[in-house]
Amino acid sequence: MAMAHVIRSEWTKIRSVASTVWTLSAALVVTVALGMLISALTRREFDSMSPRDRLTLDPTFISFAGMSLGQLAMIVFGVLVVSNEYSTGMIRTSLAAVPRRATFLFGKITVATALALVVGMATSFLAFFLGQTVLGPHGARLGDPGVLRAVVGGGLYMTLIAMFSMGIAAMLRSPMLSLGVLMPFFFLISNILGNVSATKKIGRFLPDQAGSRILQVVPGTGDDTPYGPWGGLGIMVLWVAAALIGGYALLKKRDA
Amino acid sequence: MIELEGLTKRYDEKLAVNNLTFTVRPGVVTGFLGPNGAGKSTTMRMVLGLDHPTSGDVRIDGKRYDQIEDPLRYIGALLDAKAVHGGRSAFNHLLCLAQSNGIPADRVHEVLDTVGLTGVARKKAKGFSLGMGQRLGIAAALLGDPRILMFDEPVNGLDPEGIHWIRTLMKSLAAQGRTVFVSSHLMSEMALTADHLVVIGQGRLLADTSMADFIAKNSRSYVRVRSPQRERLLDVLHEAGITVVETGGGALEVDGGKAEPIGELAARHQIVLHELSLQQASLEEAFMRLTAQSVEYHAHSEAPGGTWAQPVPRGEWGADWKKGA
Repeated sequence: MAMAHVIRSEWTKIRSVASTVWTLSAALVVTVALGMLISALTRREFDSMSPRDRLTLDPTFISFAGMSLGQLAMIVFGVLVVSNEYSTGMIRTSLAAVPRRATFLFGKITVATALALVVGMATSFLAFFLGQTVLGPHGARLGDPGVLRAVVGGGLYMTLIAMFSMGIAAMLRSPMLSLGVLMPFFFLISNILGNVSATKKIGRFLPDQAGSRILQVVPGTGDDTPYGPWGGLGIMVLWVAAALIGGYALLKKRDA
Repeated sequence: MIELEGLTKRYDEKLAVNNLTFTVRPGVVTGFLGPNGAGKSTTMRMVLGLDHPTSGDVRIDGKRYDQIEDPLRYIGALLDAKAVHGGRSAFNHLLCLAQSNGIPADRVHEVLDTVGLTGVARKKAKGFSLGMGQRLGIAAALLGDPRILMFDEPVNGLDPEGIHWIRTLMKSLAAQGRTVFVSSHLMSEMALTADHLVVIGQGRLLADTSMADFIAKNSRSYVRVRSPQRERLLDVLHEAGITVVETGGGALEVDGGKAEPIGELAARHQIVLHELSLQQASLEEAFMRLTAQSVEYHAHSEAPGGTWAQPVPRGEWGADWKKGA
């Protein structure tokens, strides 16, 4: 009952601010456009590739190449949805209306997650179909083994990135601080840790590295990742759960 | 009814609210008075469950705030008019609050009309003037048609018309039997609106009294006399057994409500008077005296003084006045 009210209220909140539209549309446009660009480049390079590279070519994964950049817009969406409350002072009005903090926070996260899921799935399917169209004869089909899993996984991955950002923002409150932590983390640190051999074993347990395993249909050569596609997504879910629990614990404890 | 029981809030070293116990009763406007930084806003935030008390308790008709189902229907509050997302329209701001408490959307139009914001309902809140923001905050407080209303410094930054509107609104809300709890740092404002008065200074309760009692106790009347023959007049008054207070600018003040005997006395001794007038000490002075004492008390009794945000300087008008009282 109370939860249904809060969900309606949070839906009104999220649809009535401009940042929702521009962050989510940026996530979709950037992911799809960059995926198409990389797909086009791959198609042009295909004839000059070694037979070995051709064999391990993962057309599905290539069409998701834009996700590494598009996820940043998802991060901004997740951060703003939560931290807007703090940066504007709206949090005091919101908590006076919904004093049970779990109902407030999880109501908000439910609405934002549902929206992120819709946009994330649309992004993933669009990136896949348009990417495969560009790849032409080298493209994969949705019916091929493992492809549907990867495309659905792409939508889930985008959604989980947004959720993780919501949890971090609930902990840190300030939008600038949250973005200042998340952006370099996902754009730089995670990549560095994941690609330097000394830290690779740790790096692949980071949320984005583990979660993006599901985007691959053809594993790279010499792949010794200790988890499968769903296992990796499971690791990411654990990160998300930890961030949300941390965010709730601090919201519960702190003065608004 | 709002009941505070030993309510205390400590921020690190600073005791913002110190063991407050009082009750806000229905059907009257209760004024919550104290200088800036006295702990009024902190107290109000604790009433709404926004800040957690260090110790003590607040009950609203016997319940803790977070135990109230749909609290906006029960208690409406304006704490900070800027606590709004500036990118959202006034209508959507009120709509999301209404929905969270199961209040029908029609009510949003009603309160917008009540506060006179219907014309700008679809405009973003960040374009609002201070007065419009205050009206939007009041609309939010009225949204659930609550029995209890709480306003933190509602007239701050308003133009005279807005101030008059808020005074009238608060009185009419109390006349409908609602509980109205309103804070201010201006005694003059409270004297016009409040029936009951709770005064705090440095987080402590200084007075909990009806407005009428406060006025009766604190409105000292005195006679101001000014004369070019000041020394002679002093002697004459002294001989007549009349206590005189010398104030700045060469004026003398005589306690008590009668000017005539002093005029006659001066005439008898052929003393020229330039002024002979009956004066009423303002409630503002009485309030400053009350809070100045709290500053003094704290400076002596508690070691980490100097955290007082805006001290009433000692030896200023109010403190000086006290000597004559």
